[in-house]
Amino acid sequence: MKAWKTVLVAALAAACGSLAVAPAFAQEAGTQFIGITGYRVGPYGANGTAFFSGFIDYLTLANERDGGINGVKLSWEECETEYNNTKGVECYERLKTMSPTGPTAIHPMSTGITYSLIDKAPADKIPLITFGYGRTDAVDGRVFPWLFPLVSNYWDAATGIVKFIAEKEGGAEKLKGKKIVLLYHDSAYGKEPHPVLEAESAKLGFELKLIPVPHPGSEQQSQWLQIRQYKPDWVILWGWGIMNATALTTAQKVGFPREKMVGNWWAGSEVDTEAAEGAANGYYAASLNLAGKDYPVVQDVVKYVTGKGKSKTPDKLVGTVLWNRGLAAAMMTVEAVRTAQQKYGKKPLTGEQVRWGIENLNVDAKRLQQLGFGSMIPPIKVSCTDHSGSGLVRFQQWDGKQWIAVSDWMSGDRAMIRKMVEESAAKYAKEKNITPACLAG
Amino acid sequence: MFYREAGQFKSSYAADQQLFPILQDRIGVLAFLAFAFVGVPLVASNYWYTAILIPLLVFSLAALGLNILTGYAGQLSLGSAAFMAVGAVAAYNFQLRVPGMPVLVSFLLGGFMAALVGMAFGLPSLRIKGFYLAVATLAAQFFIPWLLVKVDWFSNYSASGVITAQRIEILGYAFDTPMKKYLLVLLLVVVLALLAKNMVRSRIGRAWMAVRDMDVAAEVIGIRMLHTKLTAFAVSSFYCGVAGALYAFAYLGTVQPEDFNLDLSFRILFMVIIGGVGSILGSFLGAAFITLLPIFLDVLLTDMARGFNLNLTPGTTSMAQLVVFGVLIIFFLIVEPHGLARLWQITKEKLRLWPFPY
Amino acid sequence: MQFFFEVLIGGLLAGVMYSLVALGFVLIYKASGVFNFAQGAMVFFAALTFVGLQQKFALPFWAAFTCTLAVMIVLGILTERIVLRQLVNQPQISLFMATIGLAFFLEGFAQLIWGTAVRPLDIGVTNEPIQWVMERFDILVVKMDVVAALVAGVLVGVLAVFFNRTRIGRALRAVADDHQAALAVGIPLKQIWAIVWSVAGFVALVAGLMWGARGGVQFALTFTALKALPVLILGGFESIAGAIVGGLIIGASEKLAEVYLGPHVGGGIEGWFAYVMALLFLLVRPEGLFGEKHIDRV
Repeated sequence: MKAWKTVLVAALAAACGSLAVAPAFAQEAGTQFIGITGYRVGPYGANGTAFFSGFIDYLTLANERDGGINGVKLSWEECETEYNNTKGVECYERLKTMSPTGPTAIHPMSTGITYSLIDKAPADKIPLITFGYGRTDAVDGRVFPWLFPLVSNYWDAATGIVKFIAEKEGGAEKLKGKKIVLLYHDSAYGKEPHPVLEAESAKLGFELKLIPVPHPGSEQQSQWLQIRQYKPDWVILWGWGIMNATALTTAQKVGFPREKMVGNWWAGSEVDTEAAEGAANGYYAASLNLAGKDYPVVQDVVKYVTGKGKSKTPDKLVGTVLWNRGLAAAMMTVEAVRTAQQKYGKKPLTGEQVRWGIENLNVDAKRLQQLGFGSMIPPIKVSCTDHSGSGLVRFQQWDGKQWIAVSDWMSGDRAMIRKMVEESAAKYAKEKNITPACLAG
Repeated sequence: MFYREAGQFKSSYAADQQLFPILQDRIGVLAFLAFAFVGVPLVASNYWYTAILIPLLVFSLAALGLNILTGYAGQLSLGSAAFMAVGAVAAYNFQLRVPGMPVLVSFLLGGFMAALVGMAFGLPSLRIKGFYLAVATLAAQFFIPWLLVKVDWFSNYSASGVITAQRIEILGYAFDTPMKKYLLVLLLVVVLALLAKNMVRSRIGRAWMAVRDMDVAAEVIGIRMLHTKLTAFAVSSFYCGVAGALYAFAYLGTVQPEDFNLDLSFRILFMVIIGGVGSILGSFLGAAFITLLPIFLDVLLTDMARGFNLNLTPGTTSMAQLVVFGVLIIFFLIVEPHGLARLWQITKEKLRLWPFPY
Repeated sequence: MQFFFEVLIGGLLAGVMYSLVALGFVLIYKASGVFNFAQGAMVFFAALTFVGLQQKFALPFWAAFTCTLAVMIVLGILTERIVLRQLVNQPQISLFMATIGLAFFLEGFAQLIWGTAVRPLDIGVTNEPIQWVMERFDILVVKMDVVAALVAGVLVGVLAVFFNRTRIGRALRAVADDHQAALAVGIPLKQIWAIVWSVAGFVALVAGLMWGARGGVQFALTFTALKALPVLILGGFESIAGAIVGGLIIGASEKLAEVYLGPHVGGGIEGWFAYVMALLFLLVRPEGLFGEKHIDRV
């Protein structure tokens, strides 16, 4: 035992010593370094694995097929956050030091980590791209210059879902007197859609019932019995992780038709439906991106990356919703850098320069075709006042094997959202003493 | 040779009762503090401040709070994170709602609110102890964040229940850079730690230890059980509350109540156990160990994978890290069940005789 | 009224699921005084190993079950060898922390081997309401839940026979009563601990199968432990009957509270209601429902 103790003391001393010189290994010079705060373990590990595999596969594709961005090679480092805020901050700080140009742009992929970084990113001049999560009012780039909730946000999803339901019912006027339940994860994330749904309910005259599910949501008997009692026409599912699969299986248990359930995009991936097995058939979900392998870009990834053994992505993930979302997220980072290169030159760019690139990002339908994304994601045009750039959602249905698109790209009540975004952003600006203004290039 | 108290004579009660009675300790502590206040700012980078030092200090303070309760008063609690949440939200609300409230005062008031809540949840300790009490404190752990999310008033009606801490400004001086925040946190933590060190050897601290060692005997010699246990809960929660306020204001800036989850409570408990139950120094060592070990493992394993050119599936390193972390904890408990503080003590004993151990 | 019974029955059946996890805690606490926080991780580990084996080698149900059971027994023996034996005579809290370490290890290890993907688990029972109950009483009772309840009943029966009628069982009870005395009459303490951990592994496997069949096998299974804790306080740490009755009470009251009380306070109270109820209960009866009175808790 005594010997062990000596070993212990020695090991601790050694560890302290080595830590002092630790995380400063430089990246290959002359590359555009992209820091990735990812998660592949923990309760949401399955979701993170799919997303970040896609993200990295696209970066690999950009290097392998195109030789980087206009000749500037990409390099990256993934740091595991376990979906934990403290670790997320540590990762962010570590990634920041790894390259002279910083980590380009961070995709936290976690609302919690996004919040933890909101104050830090502007100080460090590093843009945060939150692809379908995070602070909704960050759409107002005058108050949140460094935050980009690209494509669509939660309020777009909520109003989009209401519109989708209205279409299924045969028109917005038919919603009057209908009963809709929002089954939500009892957290900041689950509370996001409340204000817009309440506004919609007042406007369109449907009855709205909010039913929270306590974390983690692996037990929903009482919620679903309530739903069975209430007999709603539709259930909107606002879950994350195991809560989604449990909601679907419990819906099956109480005999609620899955064709009357609509999820948001964090409740609409293969991770959720496959865990629910047969219980998910017929279930709808709003999405930011479509699933499928038929897009040229996915074929290219298979050809240049996964097929050549340059990736560690399991074949099963290729073409899934979250993996495709990872591709799209990486594409936006790459395109933002490309945009910024037009202004700042073909060299590794800093976060500040990339921020300008994101704010002036314009990926229209033609460009999407060129990039091989086709209709996987909607066209995006970002500006200072609109940091989301699209606001469109599209609905998919799970047919038992895969997600099938069942609608066109559609938008919810954008005027109402815009108004609420500005109000909320103004309130934040007041609390934090920010004078709203667009940042110059 | 160097660490020997021979020849240091105490000629007054005051000298005998000082916090660090041995000269070398005094010099050591002063040197360390000087290093922390002056040396660190000279060398540390922003990475060190934001990712390591500030969380380290904040968690040390929380671990200190739990150590007072668990280590000194013998009451096991799994609700520390919830008390941190109370402190954070209370400090935010005092800042928001009371015009002209000094930041430091609102930190302390946050601590006091946490102390009140802690006392309420400490009441069951009069009837139960051990694991029953631990599980009972879980009630606080689950109830408080729920309440903070549910009642919109606490987050000033923000849509998502998230609070955004105000800027720290004391007498017109803004603590806005990581270095300044670090110094502020360090100052607070040092003051509170010295206070704790003093408190545990005072009358109240000795009452705690009496209750811990044998409650029936303590009661027989006239220690008031209710009073003693509740003060332990109050003081412990106060420390946790201040730690929570610092977590929100100096560390993250924007927090959601869910951040203060059971995992965090467990981490704080780990710090206490690994650092040393019933030791002020142990709280710091434990916090350092638990905060630094995952980072160290992460860097090490990633480097190793790179060095040996292993083609690992991404995520493998982080799972391996979890395995190693678990094994290390067990290893630690087996080799040194009294924690790091005990190791330090052994080292000191050795130093005292070194280099002539016989 | 029909709705009340529906919620009540649903709650009771959910409570059985909690009991399944709580049983594992009780077994180990009874025999070794260790509060085994790794039980949740063991549930996850067992379920993941089962599904992994089933998928990888296309094993039939019973083969996979046997293999997993073997793995769990090896795990139990190793735990005793490597962890518990070294920590004899340490304070309970150290043992508790060691089991948290074990939990980390198992979580990492399981995912290292089988990956993080969510895997569906099919045990051949559909997740649908029983038709005739539905028609007769308009009350929703799900087949899966009933099966789980039956399995739990059988499990408790087997454990009861094991504890009361077999030689090992008697030895286990003797150890639970008094370690020293048990040692003195020649009961091999170390073996007994290995056995009890193996049995807990078996219980974890059964619980893992039942929970996994409900929502897929994934990391969140480790959270099942949190649902079991209030059951434990209510039922008492040492009582198998307590785990079952506690589970039923917690399950039923939690669901009834969520349905009838929840809407008035904003809902989502299930997360803490069980704990607060257990806490209030403890104030009245500190030893739990079936706890042993002589144990000093104040």
